[in-house]
Amino acid sequence: MTSNSFFSCTFYVVALLALVKPLGWYMARVYEDGPVGLNRLLAPLETWIYRLSGVNPDQEMRWTDYAVAMLVFNLLGFLAVFALQSVQTYLPFNPQNLANVSPDSAFNTAVSFATNTNWQGYSGEVTMSYLTQMLGLTVQNFVSAAAGMATLAALIRGFTRRNAETIGNFWVDLTRSTLYILMPLSLILALVLVGQGVAQTFSPYQTVPLVETVSYEQAKLGADGVVLQDAAGKPVMETLEVKEQTVAVGPAASQVAIKQLGTNGGGFFNVNSAHPLENPTPLSNFLEMLAILLIPAALCYTFGMMVGDTRQGWAILAAMTLVFVVLISVEVLAEQSGNPALAALSIDQSASTVQSGGNMEGKETRFGITSSALWAVATTAASNGSVNAMHDSFTPIGGMVPMWLMQLGEVIFGGVGSGLYGMIMFAIVAVFVSGLMIGRTPEYLGKKIEAFEMKMAAITILIPPLVVLGGTAIAVMADVGKSSVFNPGAHGFSEVLYAFSSAGNNNGSAFGGLSANTPFYNAMLGLAMLFSRYWLAVPVLAIAGSLAAKKTVPVGSGTLPTHTPLFVALLMGTVLMVGALTFLPALALGPVVEHLQMIGAK
Amino acid sequence: MVKHLKPAAMLLVIFTVLTGVVYPAVVTGLAQLMFPNQANGSLMADSNGKATGSSLIGQPFSNPGYFWGRPSATAPFAYNAAASSGSNLGPTNPALMAAVKARIAALKAADPDNKTPIPVDLVTASGSGLDPHISPAAADYQLNRVAKARHIKPEELQVLVDANTESRQWGIFGEPRVNVLQLNLALAQIANKP
Repeated sequence: MTSNSFFSCTFYVVALLALVKPLGWYMARVYEDGPVGLNRLLAPLETWIYRLSGVNPDQEMRWTDYAVAMLVFNLLGFLAVFALQSVQTYLPFNPQNLANVSPDSAFNTAVSFATNTNWQGYSGEVTMSYLTQMLGLTVQNFVSAAAGMATLAALIRGFTRRNAETIGNFWVDLTRSTLYILMPLSLILALVLVGQGVAQTFSPYQTVPLVETVSYEQAKLGADGVVLQDAAGKPVMETLEVKEQTVAVGPAASQVAIKQLGTNGGGFFNVNSAHPLENPTPLSNFLEMLAILLIPAALCYTFGMMVGDTRQGWAILAAMTLVFVVLISVEVLAEQSGNPALAALSIDQSASTVQSGGNMEGKETRFGITSSALWAVATTAASNGSVNAMHDSFTPIGGMVPMWLMQLGEVIFGGVGSGLYGMIMFAIVAVFVSGLMIGRTPEYLGKKIEAFEMKMAAITILIPPLVVLGGTAIAVMADVGKSSVFNPGAHGFSEVLYAFSSAGNNNGSAFGGLSANTPFYNAMLGLAMLFSRYWLAVPVLAIAGSLAAKKTVPVGSGTLPTHTPLFVALLMGTVLMVGALTFLPALALGPVVEHLQMIGAK
Repeated sequence: MVKHLKPAAMLLVIFTVLTGVVYPAVVTGLAQLMFPNQANGSLMADSNGKATGSSLIGQPFSNPGYFWGRPSATAPFAYNAAASSGSNLGPTNPALMAAVKARIAALKAADPDNKTPIPVDLVTASGSGLDPHISPAAADYQLNRVAKARHIKPEELQVLVDANTESRQWGIFGEPRVNVLQLNLALAQIANKP
């Protein structure tokens, strides 16, 4: 690791941790309905929203009601995005006259954005009209993130209440998350990003002259649109000259800001934040990267504040940060070491003051190795899934780290709300395991952890691996699944495993070589996203309801303190153990084999 | 479930208006007011006000008298800014090796006397396929070739390269880089045609 590399990674982590307390404090006030400064401006709007939609903000919900409200809301959101894509060609704000999206792709995308996954089976600038991007995708970027945060708020109330039947009002949590947290942050970030060069316009794509004319060959089409063939049956080729460059633009910054802040990750353009008009400068890159982990990290403090003991939040944040920091180092080293096959061709891959060196295939010069590797770890630690470099072209180990971070269940920071509620599930398992070891009834934050909570926590931990490994197994056994694979050998298996790890943990990043925009993958990955979002969120709400109904037990001599380094280690151990035991065999078949092949072939 | 339908539908409509119409419209309005050039794709114009390209989007170059940018994997031609794409070739894919070897051959054919190792970013495709930059090492590798093709002194060309080189932003972020299109446009202004 070069000194600059070490310095910029450290700077990133320190900047992130410095923002945890102020933002976490702010969010706790929002969920506890305290004054937050923005009230004066937004409270009338909030009241008006409740009145218009017939919501009584003082009427709380039982956990079942809360879950149904969330499901109904997400279902309607899914239908809206699906419908919008299916008729976009008849609607305004479509300057490029893009066609309607195919039903399977529209299904996949609608599920993807409603579940906060933002897997992109499509290519933004050639598929989605400005209207679809704004009315469909940007809206879900906000509300799917807000739904995750609401679920977390409900779970936290489960810990803080005693002998209570209700865990809050979903509509209120949803509205407050969007209005007070996501919208103000997005507005600021979007404007800063435009200042750096991110496009934000409703005008059609720009056309500029090329300095040097380009010619390329393509198969000639007959009048009927079919490829012409010569006497030997070969396609007739024609040479075309290009003198102009069409530059895709659009209302990108407004979507990019919330895509990063809401751990969504669905890019405006096909290559996401590798695109110079989505992420133009190293500074925009730093800010977008900071935005990925900002809310998930700060929510740890919110959690601590709301349960009345900030040490509880810091302990969880410490466990997340430690795993994160170790994996950053592995990732930077793997990518910086480059590709041995290229070294044999007398190519200079060494890091120096005039180049970043390393494995530059699929990476942008302005980001180099460090910013690309750091982004890859941040985006998969959180369930963001945006990319600023092509993960498919990473070294085998460099591709394995992001894949494993997703497989850990998206709990190292994780998605907004969903990351922390996932981590709290692991905390419940950790106190249960240690309770067994010392022979005491396990308790967490003053609540007894009993059979019901354990069952629900176990479900949330077991569903994603089932979806990931089961889905991968089906795909690699079916011809239709294998035919989408792009790279040969072990790397091809990694592409499929990565896709299901991503969809099965609501991340959304991809090994882009896999042609996933097929009916098979659109359906399979769509289902994976649905299962992993709701089969987790609903058990979490069930735990919230069950905990809220319990009385609080006083801290006794048998209570395991959950704010100590010992507990941090236990929590990390539980996460890593489950992640390692479940996925090592599959990882051995993909990235591990490829790594050995790569260093063995000299 | 039925009792939730009304609030769910109403809130979806309200948030569609707030986050899908008002928010992007406000950002667009402010962006066009505060940063009109950046908001519209950072286009550059010549002295007559005619657009010459985007300072953030690279262009393809293959003439020895121009600096070449990163290889691009966009289809159907390189640097197609209407359809960004990386190559997605894995590190052990034979197709990657074939592509890299072809790029090495092209660089060597244009500059047979240059025996220095080739900087890696000159033979590997960028993530977007539109990368406007190369590393200073990659510019340095091509300096003598361009100078020779344009019959100018390498020292003079170095001045031009330096003028189009950016160091790390604020001294910490990202990597030092040379904007290829801006450099070549400047080159076309001052120097003999190749």
